[in-house]
Parts: sequence; structure tokens; C-alpha cells
Amino acid sequence: MTALAVSETSIKPRNAWGETLFRAACFSAATLLMAALAGVVISLVIGGWPAFKTFGFGFFTSSEWNPVTEVYGAAGPIVGTLITAFLSLVVALPLALGVAVFLVEFCPKPIANPIGVAVELLAGIPSIVYGMWGLFVFAPWFAQHVQLPLVMNAEPGSWMDKLFSGVPNGANIFTASMILAIMILPYMSAVFRELFMTVPAQVREAAYGLGCTPFEVIRSIIVPYVSKGVIGVIMLGLGRALGETMAVTFIIGNAHGFPHSIFDSGSTIASTIANEFTEATGEMHTAALVALGLVLFLITFAVLAVARLLLRGQKH
Amino acid sequence: MDRALFRRVTNGIFVGACGLATLIALTALVLILWSLITKGIGGLELKVFTESQPAPGSEGGLANAIVGSILMCGLGMVIALVVGILAGTWLAEYGGQTTYGHVVRFLNDVLLSAPSILVGLFVYELLVAPFHGFSAYAGAVALAILATPIVTRTTEDILALQPNALREAGMALGASRAFVIRSIIWKAARTGLVTGGLLGFARISGETAPLLFTSLGNQFMNTHMSQPMASLPTTIFQFALSAYDDWQRLAWVGALLIAIAVLSINIIGRILARETHR
Repeated sequence: MTALAVSETSIKPRNAWGETLFRAACFSAATLLMAALAGVVISLVIGGWPAFKTFGFGFFTSSEWNPVTEVYGAAGPIVGTLITAFLSLVVALPLALGVAVFLVEFCPKPIANPIGVAVELLAGIPSIVYGMWGLFVFAPWFAQHVQLPLVMNAEPGSWMDKLFSGVPNGANIFTASMILAIMILPYMSAVFRELFMTVPAQVREAAYGLGCTPFEVIRSIIVPYVSKGVIGVIMLGLGRALGETMAVTFIIGNAHGFPHSIFDSGSTIASTIANEFTEATGEMHTAALVALGLVLFLITFAVLAVARLLLRGQKH
Repeated sequence: MDRALFRRVTNGIFVGACGLATLIALTALVLILWSLITKGIGGLELKVFTESQPAPGSEGGLANAIVGSILMCGLGMVIALVVGILAGTWLAEYGGQTTYGHVVRFLNDVLLSAPSILVGLFVYELLVAPFHGFSAYAGAVALAILATPIVTRTTEDILALQPNALREAGMALGASRAFVIRSIIWKAARTGLVTGGLLGFARISGETAPLLFTSLGNQFMNTHMSQPMASLPTTIFQFALSAYDDWQRLAWVGALLIAIAVLSINIIGRILARETHR
């Protein structure tokens, strides 16, 4: 866009001042954006430094989080964050792929767009609404119809018993992951849809011409064609799931320490910060929470950076 | 089994699974909207909009939270539009192809999906801790930081769609580049810019996490931006997790209001976007 074939120095417009000023304003706005991101990093490093200094590497490995004795170890929330994000991805990925493939390949054209918009509206619903729905509607249903029967039928001491043990109130790591899955599904399916549409019609038709079934075309032609993008979308979904706050805060149960089963209540980094920050008891408590924030930032930044780099190659 | 049959069956299962996935997604949407409507619509009365939040057990509404949300989102949006449109313009018209431009674009994309609670922490360290007080200004700044990347992104995309002939025609008449951008390109891209603004607005009007420790919340009606201010999402959060039935009912009403607002802004934005692409 910038490559206009006019040499700018040869023209002296009347309002050269206005030009300089406008350009400077645009440039500062762009710089301000970078400054905001840099500010996030710097403030987290400064605010969290006391915690890193006091607890050292133990901050990452200890799961003791005790505001009374002022001992803070972040292993519980960190593990909780990784488990919920991973579980939600496992559920959301096949669903998002399915939705995208259905809309691009199988769905009759006139209804494909309304369905696509409806799925994307899921992405518009605020996180706090998901939280309320999860806590008051989904969790009780889940406890009644899934968790209780599973726990009742598990033999004591068996692997099932270990995996499913926990207070049967529906507020646990598993239900939080399911809500997260519904939340990241629309983002992922929207980008998948865009990706699949970039596959040239000739490639697709050539495969059909060889006698492939739609399943074979998608598995062997379309997905490999956009494979880098697919990984990018996975990372994008992961980035969303890692940082999601309110919905998780509602339903994960907010227990510190290591989760013992997938039906155990737990916490994530974001939910711990949301719950405790305004009520932090001392300076070290605040510092520990900010340090947690820095850990979350580093994880999501790495994931999102990889996602963007992979997706960039795919964009036309 | 015969190979052709096997392939047909596999394919049939696959098509069915894809359809089922779509059905699951749509069911989730319907279930959530259904809960919102059945639990929220009963409490939707005039006093929700005219009275401030009640003590548990007494009558009241959400007026203070609604006013607070409108004020903070409004100010946040003004900041986001100014910074976002200028930054997007710089990326599209001036420095987008330079190394610096690529870095800005990349970091903007990261900021676009950065966890909103971290933005809250940043604004807390920047505007709350140094001044020893929660304020609606801090809340508005946090919201602005979340909306700006969206506005920047859509502005750049929409300006890039404007034909170069338009720019050349303006410059051939002797207009400066800044004048061409402001009076020709921005005008031509008007609808797209509005869409970007609406999408940003839809994103921040439901945001809770960044407001928790910037604007904090306030149980009274307050229009002073330098003091803590209630907002619909934080009030819902407080009410929903309370032990009082009437507070929980109000939380559902608030959730319904927010969902209606966000979804209708989203739909208007989409309709406008479709018209610009035509």
C-alpha cells in the first residue's frame, strides 16, 4: 500500500506541517500499542520480582499456597492451567474441525452461512455468562447424571476410582474444561473455515476426479494442504484457553494445591488472580499473584507467537 | 469387507460425525440462550433500570451498574478509536511494510488475544497502586487496551481494501498524503471503521476480569470517574456468587441484558461488514 510511485520530496504541499503532524500522530499511536504490551511485561516483572527472589525455583515446584504463613508455591495453579487448557483442546479440536468441514464441504449453501454465524455468536457470549451457565446449569446436571453414576460404579481402589474421585458437586477441573471447550470452539472453527476455503478448487476437484470419497479428500488433500495453519489454529485455541478467567473462576472449585483426579476441584493461574488479588493480605501475597501473572504471560506469549507465525504463512 | 463398501461406510460415518459436531455447537448456543431467557426474563422490570443495587432481601435494580458500564465502555471506546484508527492507518498507509511495521503488527496480534486479566494487572500497577485508589479511569484504560488491537486490525484491513487509484487521484489534485487519507480514504472506508469500533465495543462490554482490580465496583450510583465505579459484569460476578436468592436472580437479569447487548452489537457489526464487502 505504501509503494506509491510519487516521490514525496519533490512535492511541497501547502500544509507540510499538517502532513508531518498527522504522520507523527499515526506513528505514535502504533508505538503506543507496543508500549502497552511492553508495559504489561515490565509491570509484571517488577511486581512479581519479590516473589521470585524469595522463593526462587521453588515457586514453580511447590504446591503449598498459604497466605497465613506467607509461603507461596505456584505448582497447583500452573498444573491446573495446563490440564484445563489441554483437556478443553482435546474436546474442542475434533468438534471445531467437524464444524468447519461440515460448513465448507457438506452443508447446503443457503444454510451454511446462518449456521456459521450462529456458531460464531457463541464466541460473542461474554465469559461471565458462560461462568454462570456452567455453575448453575451445567455443573448440577453433570454431577447428577455423569459424576455420581461414575463414582458409584467405580470399584474402590481401581483406576476409575482414582480418576473420578472428588466431591460430586460438578464444580471441578473436568466441567471447567468442558465450558472452556465450548468457548474456544467457535474461534477455532472460524479460522479452520477460512483455511479450508484457501485450498484451490483445482486441487480439491483433482482429488474427487481420482474417485476419492469426501473423507479421503479432506484427510489426504485438504488438511495436509493447510497443515501449518491447522497447528496455528490449535495454538490459538490453546492461547485462549490458557488465559480465560471468569468462566473458569466460577466452576473450577478454587482449591489450591495439586488436583488429585479430573473430578477434583482445582484452580488456574487466572482464576487464582481473579479470586485473591483484591483481597491480598500482604505485599508478598500480591507479589506472588503478580508473579503468577508473569508465568501466565510467558506461556501464552510463547503459544500465541507460534500460532501467529504459523498462520502468517497461510494467509494469502 | 469389500473395499468399496468400507470406503463408503467410513465416509458416511465421517459426514455424520461432522454433522453431529455442528449439532453439538448449535445445541450449546441454544441451551445457553434458553437458560438466560428463562432465568432472566422474569426479573426484567422497569426498576432494574431505575433503581440502584439493593441490600440482600430488599427491592432494587442494576441502574448503578448499567450507568457505570456505559461510562467506562464509552470512555474506553473513545481512547481505543483514536489510538486504534491512527495506528491502523499508520500500518496501512505509512510504515506497514517496514521492519518496525511488521513488529507492530505482530505484537498487535499478540495483544489481541492476550489474557484480559493480565491487562487488568498492568493497569493496576500503572494507575491504581501509584495513586492509592481504584477508579473508573483505570477501568476505562484497561478496557481501551483490550479494544484498541481490534480497532487497529480492522482499520488496517479495511484501508488496505481501498483502491490505490483513489489515493493517486487525490494526490494528482495536489492534496497532501495526510489530506488524502483523512478526507478520501477514511470517508470511503467509513462503514468498515464503524464495524471495527462495534466489534471492539462488543468485546469490552462483557469483560469482567480487567475491571475487578481497576474500577473495583461500587454499590452506590456514582458518576465520578476518579472513584470506584460499578459495572454490569463485576456486579453480576458479585451477585451470582452470593448466597442470596434475590441477588442471584438479579445476576441472571444482568447476564441477560449483557448477552442481548453484546449479541446485537455483534449482529449489527456483521451486517455492516457484509455491506462493505459487497
